[in-house]
Amino acid sequence: MNKILFSSLSKKFVMALAGLFLLLFLPLHLVINLMLLKSDPVPFNRAAHFMATFPVIKIIEIVLLFTILVHITWGIFLQIQNWLARPIGYAGGNKSETSFFSRFMIWTGASVLTFLVLHFFNFYFIKLGFVPGNPEDFYSVAHRLFKIPAYNYIYLICFALLGLHLFHAFSSAFQTLGLNHRKWTPVVNVVAWIYAIAIPAGFAFISLTLWLFR
Amino acid sequence: MNLTLKIWRQKNAGAKGNFATYRMEDVSPKMSFLEMLDALNKKLVEEDKDPVAFDHDCREGICGSCGMYINGHPHGPVPAVTTCLLSMRYFSDGDTICVEPWRAKPFPVIKDLIVDRSAFDKIQIAGGYISVNAGAAPEANSIPAQKKNSDTAFDSSICIGCGACVAACKNASAMLFVSAKISQFALLPQGRIEAKDRVRAMVEMMDELGFGNCSNTGACEAECPKEIKLTNIARLNREYYKAY
Ligand code: SF4
Ligand code: FES
Repeated sequence: MNKILFSSLSKKFVMALAGLFLLLFLPLHLVINLMLLKSDPVPFNRAAHFMATFPVIKIIEIVLLFTILVHITWGIFLQIQNWLARPIGYAGGNKSETSFFSRFMIWTGASVLTFLVLHFFNFYFIKLGFVPGNPEDFYSVAHRLFKIPAYNYIYLICFALLGLHLFHAFSSAFQTLGLNHRKWTPVVNVVAWIYAIAIPAGFAFISLTLWLFR
Repeated sequence: MNLTLKIWRQKNAGAKGNFATYRMEDVSPKMSFLEMLDALNKKLVEEDKDPVAFDHDCREGICGSCGMYINGHPHGPVPAVTTCLLSMRYFSDGDTICVEPWRAKPFPVIKDLIVDRSAFDKIQIAGGYISVNAGAAPEANSIPAQKKNSDTAFDSSICIGCGACVAACKNASAMLFVSAKISQFALLPQGRIEAKDRVRAMVEMMDELGFGNCSNTGACEAECPKEIKLTNIARLNREYYKAY
């Protein structure tokens, strides 16, 4: 049983599934965040309240947290194994043609994780009561944060790096799940590009608008 | 042409090893890379020095033993050729060429440029076969196979087990090799019978030997002298999930 669960292929399978689940969550988060652009705080706060209290969402939230944890743990574990598999590197460098962003997944992933920790302190922990603040008014919290230039810098850099992570992640997950197809794989690749640009761009748009124009 | 060679020298598996620099003069562009190394070795022997150890056998791209890492590429910078078929005309006068052995934990260096690739044999022994009675060759058409599948199986079967995929992969993963060996059977009716046991056993052995995990970076496909495709790895994944 252990051999199945912890084989290289099973770990990759879990990584891909967890990754795809997280990919579903991002657009939802973006749609809610877009409400921050309204001058009326009510719609955003209502949406945040709904997300925090609706029972079905609560279950999804637990699954989501678990997914993030699994994705991170396995990601680090796999990376360590990969480093150990080549104890001595090449003096002549590695000049093979590769999917460019695939080489930096651990680092782009790590920057997303850094952002996630910050994000939890700013919002999620308020909701859980670990950090003082009013969970019913995340609108004001967000608006305040987006007025701090340093926060925007971090935000924009992290989302740019998330984009680089997504460039490889999306199509790679399909390959790992064995879902390749003569006709559909090129379509998946195009969707992956659009997704990797559109989602981070959406978040960046909110950050820039609130910072510079409000 | 005149060349400078930077070659990895290592006495034996336990020794430390380092690069040695050699000057080669009047190298003909008609030579193959191995012939150029032969010329170097002749010179070294005449000077009473230890010749550079490198693996080779067929010298026609079919045995897979001549692997070496040349200027940042397994089998050199030219796509779809093995080192033995790499012509010196791809290099220019005055070039410095860096030659290293495959670098991967499961492929320890034996001497200079020779590595121990028996890890691949172990993976093959674990499941890379079909159980049939030996004897006279059976009638080829008695078990029908779809043309499309037998063609793809053939394309996978031309993997020569050279290890360039492992050498190129940033994770030293053996997935392309294993996926080729799985695919050559998985697509044919004779291979279906033991398909589940085969994929489990070969993947288990691959993990046990310490190869890295696949990141879908595609370096293996880019460097494989036999142009084995990444789609084989997707098939390996599918076969593995189906086995449980
Ligand atoms: S898949 Fe290609 S690179 Fe890998 S062992 Fe086979 S022939 Fe060599
Ligand atoms: S010596 Fe046989 S493949 Fe090069």
